[in-house]
Amino acid sequence: MNQQENESYKRQPSLISKAGLLLPRAVKRCCSLALISMAGLEGRLSAPVSQMNDSIHHQRGLSCNDCHGGDPTLEDERASMDPRKGYIARPQPAQVPAFCGKCHSDAYLMKKFNPALRVDQEQEYFTSMHGRLLQSGDQRVATCISCHGSHNIRSVSDALSSVYATNVAETCAKCHANADYMRGYQIPTDQYANYKTSVHARALYERQDVSAPTCNDCHGNHGATPPGVASVANVCGQCHARQSELFQSSPHKAVFDERQIGECIGCHSNHGIKQPGDQMLGVGSGAVCINCHKQGDTGYAVAAAMRSKIDDLSASIDRSNGILNRAERAGMEVSRPKFDMREAIDELTHARVLIHTSSTAEVEKVTGPGLDIAKKGYQAGVAALVERSYRRKGLAVSLFFILFLAALIYLKVREIESREAGGGLSSNEAA
Amino acid sequence: MRAETIRAWLDERMAINSLAEAARHKEIPLHRQTVWYYFGGVTLFLFTVQVVTGILLLLYYRPSAENAFESVQFIMTEVKFGWLIRSVHSWSANLMIATLFIHMFSVYFLRAYRPPREMTWLSGVLLLFIAIGFGFSGYLLPWNKLAFFATKVGTEIAGVVPLVGRPVLRFLRGGDDVTGGTLTRFFGFHVAVLPAMATALITIHVLLVQLHGMSVPARYDEKSVKRMKFFPNFFLRDLIGWILAIGVLAALAALFPWELGEKADPFAPAPAGIKPEWYFIFMFQTLKFIPAKILIFDGEVIGILAFGLCGLLLFLVPFLDKSPVHPKRRLIFNLCGVLALLYIAVMTIVGYLT
Repeated sequence: MNQQENESYKRQPSLISKAGLLLPRAVKRCCSLALISMAGLEGRLSAPVSQMNDSIHHQRGLSCNDCHGGDPTLEDERASMDPRKGYIARPQPAQVPAFCGKCHSDAYLMKKFNPALRVDQEQEYFTSMHGRLLQSGDQRVATCISCHGSHNIRSVSDALSSVYATNVAETCAKCHANADYMRGYQIPTDQYANYKTSVHARALYERQDVSAPTCNDCHGNHGATPPGVASVANVCGQCHARQSELFQSSPHKAVFDERQIGECIGCHSNHGIKQPGDQMLGVGSGAVCINCHKQGDTGYAVAAAMRSKIDDLSASIDRSNGILNRAERAGMEVSRPKFDMREAIDELTHARVLIHTSSTAEVEKVTGPGLDIAKKGYQAGVAALVERSYRRKGLAVSLFFILFLAALIYLKVREIESREAGGGLSSNEAA
Repeated sequence: MRAETIRAWLDERMAINSLAEAARHKEIPLHRQTVWYYFGGVTLFLFTVQVVTGILLLLYYRPSAENAFESVQFIMTEVKFGWLIRSVHSWSANLMIATLFIHMFSVYFLRAYRPPREMTWLSGVLLLFIAIGFGFSGYLLPWNKLAFFATKVGTEIAGVVPLVGRPVLRFLRGGDDVTGGTLTRFFGFHVAVLPAMATALITIHVLLVQLHGMSVPARYDEKSVKRMKFFPNFFLRDLIGWILAIGVLAALAALFPWELGEKADPFAPAPAGIKPEWYFIFMFQTLKFIPAKILIFDGEVIGILAFGLCGLLLFLVPFLDKSPVHPKRRLIFNLCGVLALLYIAVMTIVGYLT
């Protein structure tokens, strides 16, 4: 929770008590009437009510006393908001998990609203860094309401919710990108800025692909904790399963563990993960392999060899596609070899995954067949262009004979007509 | 001696001597508009090319959603000169529609439909509709993406017609959607129903032309106009046109083989820029321009009914233009013809540019 929120939180008693003047009479009949009454108030006094109107709690029929407690049936406001009757005007941060957990940790109760909803959030929260710090007395860490809001809590599937996939990073950044607020925790505050440049953020924000990962997909949500070095591959492997599996069986695994290098992030970084490309492999500029490997060692040679295999296949595919496109532009029917080239591209993609084995032999197992397919594609392109040239030659010969025949007939017509004119045979019906 | 015997034998049974005599006496009027007489013959020649190449395509074509695309692909890549036959078939179809339009407009402007040639005009307009039917049904047969969606849009337009639209749509599609069933029935229309109708109508059309002879434009005196023998003078000139048409078709097929595109996928979203064949563009574009509502009526329905009415008026031209030599009427009909041509040209260009 940031400073601003903390301050507004401290101001809440006056808000609640002012609003509370109207509560007892209203709640006597129905809490929703109280909401209506409060909505008539001006400025920040009406905020809890107007926010509540959009919340999932309000939509499911909950009202003020369902969270704040008290006895809404009593006429007297002091009696109805008696702390001995469970009334809590404003829970302290340390009270918030239990305040929400009152319902959300109750499996019997939650089943009535949504049988699929989890009920272990509170329990999980206390395994998180936030929860552990809260237990140790730190009141500034995030609790339920820091991420979900308080009166305006929306369903996680609601695009306006602060915890909807496309809003999660901004929600976390409220604290984690605030260098002043995070001072004292000794963790960086550039994660959000880095994430926004990542391939994951591009998928999420540009393509609106809500399956693309944001903060909670790697760190967990209620149990938010930075993954340890040993768990990084497990985290990434949730989506990149094959790469993770190959890495686990590669010679890199043991070395990375020994040197405390966080598996995937050793090469790909963490929050600012860029679109991986062939330039990352090998021994040239931009290659990550040379961060550890030096000329003369085996890894250096393997990196160069794997890159060479990938480059060969990639160049071969480009060459084949180039000639097939040329043939296609010339009007030749090459859709079948072009379709077959997709298989070569699949092999290239597969080879790019197989580099996680750090084995040239494994990479070659797929680049070899890929090269064969690309070669066939190239041959089909050459054959199509040869066929085009054959057709053009055939056309030239055919046109020669066609025009020759047409000229012969024309001469014949002239001959007939001049003969008719000479012999006075030109027909004129009138004549 | 032997040839004479055979000739006599045939003459006795088929009256070939009198047919040859008739051919010898057949004459073509010679005037400044004679050139338009060639377009009917070229259209007939291109139709013959369609029949021949169509039969050759039938040797390999398989009319089903599973096999149609692959069989055309096979024709284009594996069958010896298959690419030539298919490209000539497609190019010739388009050239035939073009020459048919030229032929029809020349007959219209020269008022060759004047009595007693009304039935020749009627059979000609029916042949135009059949040719368009050939084009529409043949377009779907390669079962590629563009053709699939163009057929979907085309049949949807037919479905908008009040009362009969829905049953017509279901009849054309063989159900509610364009499926393999649609392909099969379009194939049936294309190779059986339409050819049978076309053959009957062409026979009537050509026989009527023989019966009445070539029409001489009203401005020329039919009795004093110069004439050319049909055989061999006009026939040989016709032949030159046909041979040149073969040359044009060969050049188009070799230099611009007809595209095959991608196989149709009924579950894929419609690609951008679906356009029907060029001769439908002016109607397609008009329907795009018509507002959704005209007063209380559906704009699209009004558009389709208007085109239907135009088709009917075209069909009835000989009966509407009762005194074709009257200068005022001539002006009105000429103006209508020019406006129709301009409209078709402008809308087609706009359709291609947008």
